This record gives sequence, C-alpha cells and structure tokens, in this order.
Amino acid sequence: MKNKLYKALDLFSRSIGLILFIALWEAAPRLGWVPGIYLAPPSRVFYALWLMAGRGELTRHALISLQRVILGLVVSSVTGVLLGLFIGYFKPVDRILDLLFQAFRQMSAFALFPVFILLFGLGELSKIIIIFWASLWPVLLNTSAGVKNADPVLINSAKSMGASKLFIFIKIILPSAAPEIFTGIRLGGSYCVMAVVAAEMIGASSGLGYLVLYSEETFNVPEMYAGIIGLAILGIGLNWILQSAEKFFTSWKEV
Amino acid sequence: MAKIQARQVRRAFSIRNAKGIKENLTVLEHFSLDINEGEFLSLLGPSGCGKSTFLNILAGLDKFDAGEILVDGEPLQERSFNRGIVFQSYALLPWRTVIKNLEIGLEIRGIGKKERRRIARHYIELVGLAAFENQYPHQLSGGMRQRVAIARVLAYQPDLLLMDEPFAALDAQTRENLQIELLRIWETDKKTILFVTHSIDEAILMSDRVAFMCSRPGRITEIIDIDLPRPRTEDIRNSVEFALIRKNLWGMLQAEAAQIQSYGAYL
Repeated sequence: MKNKLYKALDLFSRSIGLILFIALWEAAPRLGWVPGIYLAPPSRVFYALWLMAGRGELTRHALISLQRVILGLVVSSVTGVLLGLFIGYFKPVDRILDLLFQAFRQMSAFALFPVFILLFGLGELSKIIIIFWASLWPVLLNTSAGVKNADPVLINSAKSMGASKLFIFIKIILPSAAPEIFTGIRLGGSYCVMAVVAAEMIGASSGLGYLVLYSEETFNVPEMYAGIIGLAILGIGLNWILQSAEKFFTSWKEV
Repeated sequence: MAKIQARQVRRAFSIRNAKGIKENLTVLEHFSLDINEGEFLSLLGPSGCGKSTFLNILAGLDKFDAGEILVDGEPLQERSFNRGIVFQSYALLPWRTVIKNLEIGLEIRGIGKKERRRIARHYIELVGLAAFENQYPHQLSGGMRQRVAIARVLAYQPDLLLMDEPFAALDAQTRENLQIELLRIWETDKKTILFVTHSIDEAILMSDRVAFMCSRPGRITEIIDIDLPRPRTEDIRNSVEFALIRKNLWGMLQAEAAQIQSYGAYL
C-alpha cells in the first residue's frame, strides 16, 4: 500500500515539468499569447490524435516509419558491429581507417540525402540508406572502441592458460565490448528516428515525417502537432526497447 | 630434476626517452635461475627490477631476446596448458559469476560442462566461498576476489603456478590470512610455484627458497634456503627462527645499500 503511494508520488514528481509544459502550451494559444492557427492547444492536438487513431491513419503512418527505422537500424547494427569488431581487433586497419571514419561520422546524413537521391533515386532505398548512414557510425565507432578498451590483464590471463585467439575473441573481448556496443546501438537508434523524419519529408507519401509536413502544407495544424507527438512516442518507445535489451545482456554490470 | 631452467636470459625493450629518441632498456641480463619440481620459490626484488618480466616470459606473455629457458627439459612454448597465473589485480571476468569464472580455464582445456561444474565446485569450497558462487566479482571484497582468482588457477590444474604479487593490493590482515591459506592449499599437493613479491616477510613465510634480484639490468644476485619446518602456520611469524632468518636477510641486503630503500616498500 505504502509502496504504491510512493510510486505514484515518484511518478508525479518526475512529471511536474511535463505537466507544467502542457499547461503552458494550452494557455498560450487560448490566452492569445501565440496565434492559435500556428500553435494548436494540446487539448485539440490530443483530440486530433484520437480521431486519427480511430481512422487507423496514425497507426499506418507510425508503422511505416517504424518499419523504416527498424530496417535501417538492423542493417547498420549488423554492419557496424561486424566492421567495428574487425577494425578494433586489427590495429593497423584501425590506424588506416580511423581518420576517414571520424570524418564520415561528422558528415551529416541530411547533407548527404541529395547525394543518396542522385545515386539511388527517390524510392525506399535512399530512405533506408539515410537512416543506415545516420546510425552506422555510432555503432561502428563504439564497437571498435569497446574492442580496443578490453582489459589486457583479462586477455593475458586467458592467454597464459593456453587459450586460442578465437577463444579470447569470443569469450573475453566480445563480452568486454558488449556495453559499449549497446551504447552505440542505442545512440544509433535515436539518430534513426531523427533521420527517418528527414527522409519522409522529401519525396515520400507515407510515414510520420510525411504526415507532419503534409498537415503543415494543408494547414491542418492540430494533425501536424499530432504527428510530432507520434514521432516523440516512437523515439521513446524505441529507446525503451533498446535499453531493455541492453539491460538484459549486460545485467552483470555494477550499478 | 629442475622444473624450470633459465640460462643467461636477456630481455631488452626499445623505448623513447624524454627527448623522444629511441633507447634500449635492458630489463633482464645474465638472468639464470633453476626452479625445482614442487618447490615454492619467491622472486624478491625492488620495483622495476624485472621480476614481472621474467614471470610474463614464463607465462608466454612476453618474449626474450637471448639465452635459454627449459620447462621439464624442453624449450619454453608460447602456448601451453601447463601454467596458470594469478595477478595482483585479480583479472576476474566481470560478466561471469564466481563459479563461471572458475570454469574459464577448464573451458580453455575443453572439458565438458558437467565436469567443469564439478571441479569448480570443489575448488570454490576449498577457498571457502561456496556461498558466493552465484555472485559477480564486483559484489565481493578484494580478499574474496583474490581467493576466487586463486581457486580459478587451481581448478585449471597447471603444473606451474605463477603469482605476480598476488597479495600486494590487499589490506594487512587479509593478506596474512590469504598467505596462510595459500600455504595450506599448496602443502596438500605441492605444485611448483613461482611467487613474485617485494616483501621480505612474505617471501620468508611462504618459500622453500628465496631468489634475490637486483635491478637495471635485472638478474639473480643470491638464492637463500628457508629452513623453516612445514606445515607452516600463523605462529611461525613470531618464532625465533623466523626473526633470525629475517635478520640475516636484512644484513645481507645492507650490503647492497643502493637498493635498500625500495625493499622497505611494505613488510
């Protein structure tokens, strides 16, 4: 009983900022601080959300965005982890590629979008590639850093007992790097959600990013904000899933 | 027959000095040492004298530039299933529980799952940590972690145990307890142990023989037999014989006055 009360209080205290923000948001257009045609109050936004959910529109756009994010993230995670392991393990390879990859990491996926469109057209492929590019570098660079940071004492200990290179790689280096690999994937996940919006705002006819831009163009302000909220929920949901996976696989870590 | 025969071993590293110019740093030179089968030999010397370098060479973790090292009469192999090492920093795998940490050496040997668990259980009981077998290393104290590390190397059952200042990071009381515990375990099966330390007391308490090293370049200057009866217990520290040996060793070390200071690191 006391525990439940404590939990409710805890949730409340953590939500104060959010509640104040929503209250301010509601007040601003209603009291005429901001023109209501630009800033729809949250009550109307949530009503729009409700209506769109009822029409199945929201779910359809959200699912399409989610599908793009997951596809991009899966491909970039697999590629990033494999390449990162390889690069982190072989020091000369790391030396040759490090500067190049640091430069790639700084190269915004948004800036490269026109290049991807030129190379791969306006279809689904260039959308996946922008998401892939945005999330690849954090995964790759975190993975290679994790491999490089593996404690040499642990490696030496196994080596002195006659462990093979493969054994050391799989049983020592890989688990050592796991926390950093997951940090990279989680970072990549949030970049994916950002990149999907940009991808869907150019030459797309579906997805939450498209919904936001289309609502703005047709002056349907409440639906525009509904789309933005949908994107926030997508981001939070993805982060929660990735965080749970991370916790599951690195539960041994000291808190 | 000697378990280890090291003859005129030389090891030099190429380093950059303060001016950034490459220099050769000779760590071991004319290093010769025989370690007998089943003996407890301590390698004693000041920090930086090359004790750990020799231990790493024996463990297959470092190379040597000249000389010869024989193990059981055969040249030292880089990869071998016959030796295990205990480090000062425990070297436990943080993502494995205590019992799974004990199994790692047996996994390397390719022993089956059930047999691994059985052997690991035996050794975890031997060091008195059965109640902690499902804990992670970060949940244990320093002394308990080092117990796990010792149990792990014992479970692996090597012919040669290498210990690199295993108790140096522990508080005085834990250290004394673990010294006696290691002796108790060792006295039951008498595996060959090379024990690196910079504590004279520890070396006298544990060893059959103590080999003294000087530094730059590191080599053996003296080997002393420790004629204290076994099994040795806590009380031996306060015995007259212990005090006499200690006095003799100190006297001997006074001769090498230049290095005396660093022996006093902890006693």
